[in-house]
Amino acid sequence: MTTVEHAVGATGASGRVGLNRQSITGLVFGLLGIALLAGVAPAISGTSRRFNFEPPPDPAGIGFHPPTWVVAIGVLFLLTAVLGFAPPEARRWASPARLLSALAVIPLLLVLSLALSDNPSTNIVNLFNESLVLATPLALGATTGLWCERSGIINIGIEGTMLAGAGIGYMTYATIGDAQSTGWLWFSILISVLAGGLVAALLAVLSIRFGVNQIVGGVVINLFALGLTGFLRSEVIVKTGITTGVGTSEFGLPLLSEIPVIGDQLFRGKPIYWMMYLVVIGTWLVMFRTPWGLRVRSCGENPHAAETLGVNVVRIRYQSVILGGLIAGLAGAWFSMESQTRFEDNMTNAAGFIALAALIFGKWTPWGAFGGALLFGFSRALGTRLQFLGVEVSGFEIPSEFLQALPFIVTLVVVAGAVGRSIPPAAAGQPFQRSK
Amino acid sequence: MNGARNANAGIGRAASQIHRVLTEAWRLQPLYVSLYAILLSFVVGGVLISIIGVNPFTAYWALLRGMVGGGDEIAGSVARSVPFIGSALALAFAFRAGLFNIGAEGQLLAGGITAAYVGALSWMSDLPGIVAIPLILIAGTMGGAIWGGIPGVLRTKTGAHEVISTIMLNSLVLFGVRWMVNSRDPVVLRDTESTVPRTDSISDTAVLPELVDSQPVLHVGLFALVGICFVVAFVLKRTTFGFEVGTVGLNPHASHYAGINVNRVIVASMAASGAFAGLAAASEISGTNGFFQPGTFFLMGFDGIAIALLARTNPVAIIAAALLWGSMLSGAPLMQQEADVSIDVVRIIQAMVLLFVAADAIVRYLFRVRELDQSPFKATSIEGAV
Repeated sequence: MTTVEHAVGATGASGRVGLNRQSITGLVFGLLGIALLAGVAPAISGTSRRFNFEPPPDPAGIGFHPPTWVVAIGVLFLLTAVLGFAPPEARRWASPARLLSALAVIPLLLVLSLALSDNPSTNIVNLFNESLVLATPLALGATTGLWCERSGIINIGIEGTMLAGAGIGYMTYATIGDAQSTGWLWFSILISVLAGGLVAALLAVLSIRFGVNQIVGGVVINLFALGLTGFLRSEVIVKTGITTGVGTSEFGLPLLSEIPVIGDQLFRGKPIYWMMYLVVIGTWLVMFRTPWGLRVRSCGENPHAAETLGVNVVRIRYQSVILGGLIAGLAGAWFSMESQTRFEDNMTNAAGFIALAALIFGKWTPWGAFGGALLFGFSRALGTRLQFLGVEVSGFEIPSEFLQALPFIVTLVVVAGAVGRSIPPAAAGQPFQRSK
Repeated sequence: MNGARNANAGIGRAASQIHRVLTEAWRLQPLYVSLYAILLSFVVGGVLISIIGVNPFTAYWALLRGMVGGGDEIAGSVARSVPFIGSALALAFAFRAGLFNIGAEGQLLAGGITAAYVGALSWMSDLPGIVAIPLILIAGTMGGAIWGGIPGVLRTKTGAHEVISTIMLNSLVLFGVRWMVNSRDPVVLRDTESTVPRTDSISDTAVLPELVDSQPVLHVGLFALVGICFVVAFVLKRTTFGFEVGTVGLNPHASHYAGINVNRVIVASMAASGAFAGLAAASEISGTNGFFQPGTFFLMGFDGIAIALLARTNPVAIIAAALLWGSMLSGAPLMQQEADVSIDVVRIIQAMVLLFVAADAIVRYLFRVRELDQSPFKATSIEGAV
């Protein structure tokens, strides 16, 4: 990021944009800070509220006074704004302050939503856990996109790959064995994963061998998966009569789930959820700590240079796209065999596109993409929680659609470069032809 | 292995025979790939149908009768195709300018909700139809144009790629319209008397006259959208702006060097693209539904991509491609009813059509069709890869 900024800054005219960007961010935080201090803090209810750490009865938690928190966060925003315009020697504090302020938006939302609701308390550990669980398919999907795009193939077809995984996996489960057996369930999840790999292989063949525009290839996959899974549902799954199954079951991590208060909430979960962490960590390790990972990244940045150094670009791209597809297949299994235990038409419901947004939000890095997925998961979890709490602003309930739309706005802003630019791998989308 | 190769050669020989007959019969050179792609897709679909134990000819016969089996069926098929003309034209126009507009889905929603809002305004019922109908169509067009223009502006001002920004904008507008038609407190655009989330019905004066009382209704919007196709064909072929759009699409750097205002062309093309989608949505709201529901335009934008590619971005060919697309969807229920084959087969066939059109190397290889021109949706020639 910084090296890129330097490179851009060196061109002169664009350097001014960077300066503007900082002052715009400063201005936004400044205005928000003033609004919080002058507008929100005096207006919201001063009665004490409580963040619980465990479900009732008699939960542990912390009580707080909403206006105090709002004032504290408002002051942080103002400080960030001031640092944005500070003399150069104080500038080095500007960037951490911006990050802190951006992170403070989450507690701010929590404090505000509780202050505006009739309920005096809510369980935030549980909310955090819900966010993580809802982030599972998004993080897996974003990892899929990461493998594809880092190797130079844009994958718009994550959505279709997931859907195919969900549908074909569930079909396997419904056709073989009886619906109560967990052994067959695991076999079906494996089939989901393989189906994802197969669909991704189609994209790979189209875009690598036939040089089809990669976005067209992705659209083909989305349409195809929608038709195929719909067909399989009505022709196979429905006819077996097994429309709901058992699904994967929760288990607690040893030792960690024994931790008092939070352990049982945070360290109990279902297997694909846990696998998501393994996939993200594994992706980071392989992509950034192994020679093969370096080759993958080189294919996405400068395939011709990579070829000159003896990297087999075509093979690497096939491998990465198919690996990505396997991960998307696992995400599909989450939909039909973990989150719910049935298959519905179009059940991924645009999660593949949200995963793409998370990837871009995370600037094409594994942890960034995971963070992006968590943000989308959080906004969805908070949306549900707000409806549950009945949060009202001057008599009107806050629509959950607004919260759900928030991450998309943030991603759009990130893509547009208003808050730190997100730059794709240089060769993503460009077909590669071997030199003769 | 050897047998497979022989079979392959056999198919190839048969295919090249078909190709020769076609060559002599018609001069359809540029459309060969599309035609063969359709043929091949139906073959694949037929295999799928026979796997589930149904005679594919029975199924296809029912499909065909559902598409064009009688006056009502034909009218219904045409009616179903009307919005596809608009969404495909939207995509084709953007493709010509070298822009990949994934956002027709969102632009349809933006146009649709604007049209529904304007159409249901209380004073619309006082206006004569000759004023009210153009008004609702213009409103929808503007709604689509604005939503399409935003990614254009973002692209030129900040360099944000239109694929990404249109995907984001699709989700944003979807959440927006869902809220507008769902919310009861406050009531935004929801018809509070209806049990399903939808907007108020538009005023009677803003309803497009109906041509045939088919299912769905065939309305005058057909002429508007077909007319626009010819206008766009003319603009692209005969005007300076059309020339600029094509030039920017081929090479923005050279265009800039030649003195074309590339940024202006990009924004204008995206806005025009959104406008066509908006018009399609408005004509649906005004002619078919009479109100707005978020699910109405589901997949229509993505289908538009496929249709535009099938027609090789040619505005006039889009009319034919959209007719094929819409009538297949319109005929599918009869196939399901009579042959007990899921309507999703049609979706699979359509995806196959797009696949074979995009990966035309497969079709060209099987049917021995020589490459005539550079396909506009391929990044490079496939010769090196094959």
